[in-house]
Amino acid sequence: MNNSPYLLQPASVQSVMLRVLIALLPGIAAYVWFFGAGILVQIGLASIAALAAEALMLALRGKPLQLFLGDGSALVTAWLIALSFPSIAPWWLTVSATLLAIIVAKHLYGGLGQNPFNPAMVAFALMIVAYPQLMSQWPAAGATDFAMQWQAIFGSRMIDAITMATPLDAVRTALHAAHANTTVAGVLAANPAIGGIGGKGWEWVAAGHLAGGLWLLRQRIITWHMPLAFLAGLCLVAGLFNLIDGARFAAPLFHLFSGGAMLGAFFIVTDPVSGATTPRGKLIFAAGVALLTWIIRSFGAYPDGIAFAVLLMNIAVPLIDMYTQPPVFGHKDGEAR
Amino acid sequence: MLAAILVMALGAVLLGAALGYAAARFRVEGDPLVEKIDAILPQTQCGQCGFAGCKPYARAIAKGEAEINQCPPGGDEGIHKLADLLGRDFKSLSAEHGIEKPKSVAIIDEQACIGCTLCIQACPVDAIVGAAKQMHTVIARQCTGCELCLPPCPVNCISMQPIAESAETWKWKYPAYRINPAPREAA
Amino acid sequence: MTVLQRLFSFNGGVKPAYNKEASTGLPIAMAPMPAQLVIPLHQSIGGTPRPLVAAGEYVLKGQRIGGADGDVSSAVHASTSGTVVAVEMRLMPHTSGLSARCVVIQPDGREEWIPRQPFDYRGATPEQTRDYLRDAGVVGLGGAVFPSYLKINPGKSGKLDTLVLNGAECEPFITCDDVLMRERAASILKGALIMREMLGAARVLIGIEDNKPQAIAAMEAAARAANEEAGHPAMQVVAVPTRYPAGGAKQLIRVLTGIEVPHGKRSTDYGVQCFNVATAYAIYEAIALGQPLISRIVTVAGNVARARNYEVLFGTPMRDLVDLCDPRPDSDRVIMGGPMMGLLMPADSVPVVKAANCVLVGSPKLFPAPPPEMPCIRCGECAKACPADLQPFELYWFSRARIFGKAQEYHLFDCIECGCCAYVCPSHIPLVDYYRFAKSEIWARETQKEAADVARERYEFRLLREERDKQEKAAKLAARTVAARATAAAALAAAEKPVITAADVAKKALITAALERARAQKAGVRQENTGNLTPGQQAEIAAIEARRAEIREMAKPHLRQDD
Repeated sequence: MNNSPYLLQPASVQSVMLRVLIALLPGIAAYVWFFGAGILVQIGLASIAALAAEALMLALRGKPLQLFLGDGSALVTAWLIALSFPSIAPWWLTVSATLLAIIVAKHLYGGLGQNPFNPAMVAFALMIVAYPQLMSQWPAAGATDFAMQWQAIFGSRMIDAITMATPLDAVRTALHAAHANTTVAGVLAANPAIGGIGGKGWEWVAAGHLAGGLWLLRQRIITWHMPLAFLAGLCLVAGLFNLIDGARFAAPLFHLFSGGAMLGAFFIVTDPVSGATTPRGKLIFAAGVALLTWIIRSFGAYPDGIAFAVLLMNIAVPLIDMYTQPPVFGHKDGEAR
Repeated sequence: MLAAILVMALGAVLLGAALGYAAARFRVEGDPLVEKIDAILPQTQCGQCGFAGCKPYARAIAKGEAEINQCPPGGDEGIHKLADLLGRDFKSLSAEHGIEKPKSVAIIDEQACIGCTLCIQACPVDAIVGAAKQMHTVIARQCTGCELCLPPCPVNCISMQPIAESAETWKWKYPAYRINPAPREAA
Repeated sequence: MTVLQRLFSFNGGVKPAYNKEASTGLPIAMAPMPAQLVIPLHQSIGGTPRPLVAAGEYVLKGQRIGGADGDVSSAVHASTSGTVVAVEMRLMPHTSGLSARCVVIQPDGREEWIPRQPFDYRGATPEQTRDYLRDAGVVGLGGAVFPSYLKINPGKSGKLDTLVLNGAECEPFITCDDVLMRERAASILKGALIMREMLGAARVLIGIEDNKPQAIAAMEAAARAANEEAGHPAMQVVAVPTRYPAGGAKQLIRVLTGIEVPHGKRSTDYGVQCFNVATAYAIYEAIALGQPLISRIVTVAGNVARARNYEVLFGTPMRDLVDLCDPRPDSDRVIMGGPMMGLLMPADSVPVVKAANCVLVGSPKLFPAPPPEMPCIRCGECAKACPADLQPFELYWFSRARIFGKAQEYHLFDCIECGCCAYVCPSHIPLVDYYRFAKSEIWARETQKEAADVARERYEFRLLREERDKQEKAAKLAARTVAARATAAAALAAAEKPVITAADVAKKALITAALERARAQKAGVRQENTGNLTPGQQAEIAAIEARRAEIREMAKPHLRQDD
């Protein structure tokens, strides 16, 4: 017989993960609307690969399959991988990335709750280093032809007609080309595929993730600390440099609504397992990710920096947590521990 | 070339001097390692390790003359702590030095005691009171359970009694890590 | 009167289903006299009281049967008149399933009281009043059972700012304080006035959770009357928001006064002291009526058809109470206390003690076994729910890995074991079990370390003494050999051995003689000093023998368990 407390709130890891998946749906819907159903194929591929890898690792580790497969954590990783990869990436890229995430980044570190690094971001970082070309073939807005996307995913050759650089990539490539007279505004204006705020279509996907994230906040699955610190941090640093040199540095709104910023703010930075846990620690962690993201976006060699930023901050988590322990009841006058 | 060698040599001399000075200046009296080891040992003073008490055993470990797995009262937990302190590998308790037993106290059968004082002399912590030709008794609170009083007793009137669990000494058990819910017991 | 009181708030807390209505429908009833009362001597924090009665003695209702022993201890009394059948080890009302010494009384049905007189606390010194309360067995009845006489002490300053009366009663199912306040509000406040006087408290704040409107109304009416009588509005009833654990002493002090009393500090150092309303009532009974603490109000609730509050004599088996309330057939356990912090009882035969505010009957349906434990995902829900502002998941990692030093660094001992963290955990980890485990391990280690330090000291002293003896012996020897100066060195060396050998021989002879004697004694020869004994001496020897046998008995059942 167990000991007190005998009352338990009806909450479970499964319900937490399930609600995270639900919160991803608006972003996925916008994705399908603007960029075609290819993303659904990717999500399916990643999900199957994740569940298979999870089952294999659980069996090898002698854990009960039903209980842990049903917790939904592998699916969350799979969906995040699918959403952060180009939706017309070849099938083997998504599948091997997912296998890597589940087998190496999750289970070899001890499984659910033990991984120091965000598995989806490990997969993303490894793949962008290994296959930079494939990882920058993004679907063009409006090129929703499913047959062509299907061929891109399962065929052997890349179809140029449906690909295009993301706004972030376009800005970076143009500025790195080092024409003295190139400006952000010039690049954006010269690129017809780039729309109002963060790129045609992409801003709607970001808005979808924003909506899902706000719902997660309402559901009390995540706290306000991380999304706010991340978005505000990104805004602040981007805004500051945009003021200093508007020609070289893009505006804050562009940063917020392009690339993986919204997905990152609500779904990636907020990963509880690999992130900071104290309230102040969460602020520091997310602000750190924002700063690193902006630095990598502005000066680095890769189009988006969220994955590397998250992984770098993951390393600092134990230290952040240690130094940001909240004061304990009755010890609030700065009394030394 | 020569200059490089000279610079390196000079650096070596200077650093050596600094280290030598620091060693002399911040010299720690006594051997803190022995104290640290002694603090881990259970102070049963039973001599099962082959030394005349916990302190001598601590000294022997510090000098590397004894293994860390010779203390049965300290048990596996004690060996783990010693291994952590000394950065050595854990070894299970050496069988020739004895086995880990539940903590016990000596009890003198006061009917049979003849008052020979041999046990009083054997007790390493003076936990037996009595005088020649008078009955002896053990101060249970101070008895370490070392069993050293057992062999000298000519009438075998001392026995070891394991200490019973009481409300004060009862401990909450380590929560069982249940993956599957245990079948409910009929109550 | 509830207006104008600024309330504070504590972080965390949870809102479980309260389930209090079932047991508040009927007034308090007196539980019937059981066939036998089994009164444990150890019913409060601190030393176990010494038994003052032996089997066969007749005791009166309210007679002291256990005397306070040590600085922290509280007396125990016979709950009714009758004959002491035994003073023996019986199953304790504790999860461990261990036994403790109990006084078993066969009631004679006459309920004959000891002479009762009010205690003139105004004419007595504070020390005398405290001793009186200790001997009247008054302890905290909120569940912590800390001897109250130690708390009725204003500390160095001699006066306090606030006396807090705790009527919050935040645990689900429990309503014993609620009905006590409804029915005996005036007496509670009389007890509070006595405490207020002794503590020199400027005001009395009575904190009651706002889900008990009837208790609040009753207490407000009584407080108004008391204030009018006293001529100044010292008593104030405050409705506090309903949120578990608002009834924790520290949490309630925080809500009412904004003061946070850290772990290990006296609340009087911060100008407040906190008592449960039932304790105030017990103090009233002890001082104004001269009645020691022999009964309390107990809620019987849970998986029963008719939940109700009973006034129960200490020593009444819990089973008797449960049977009064029609337990449902699927009942499978009895819990002492509420569902959040209660203790699982080893059997329903255990007696009601001072700590038993509730006898909660459980069933697999009412309190289902927790779903399987999953790994911690560090979601932080527990930290949000923790009323002590701890990081429960960090404590969990350290306790689980047995890194107790770290657990203490993260304030393990500030944990009040309220169960909020385990209540909200989505991974269903029995967090509180890990903290209980870590705490008892740390305590055991501290005891062990203290014992080791004593042993080391004694061992070193012995070495010192042996060394000194050796030197003294050597000095004597040297003095003796002064005469034969010519062969001093040789003589010394030679003399040393024969001396020791001679001593050995003498000792061996002594031992042989003693052995001989022992053998003779075994052969049937009567020992001289046990030959002609007075009956008194024989009785004494018999008593000692009995005690020895008892101690062996005490050890035995636990030994078997260990196997």
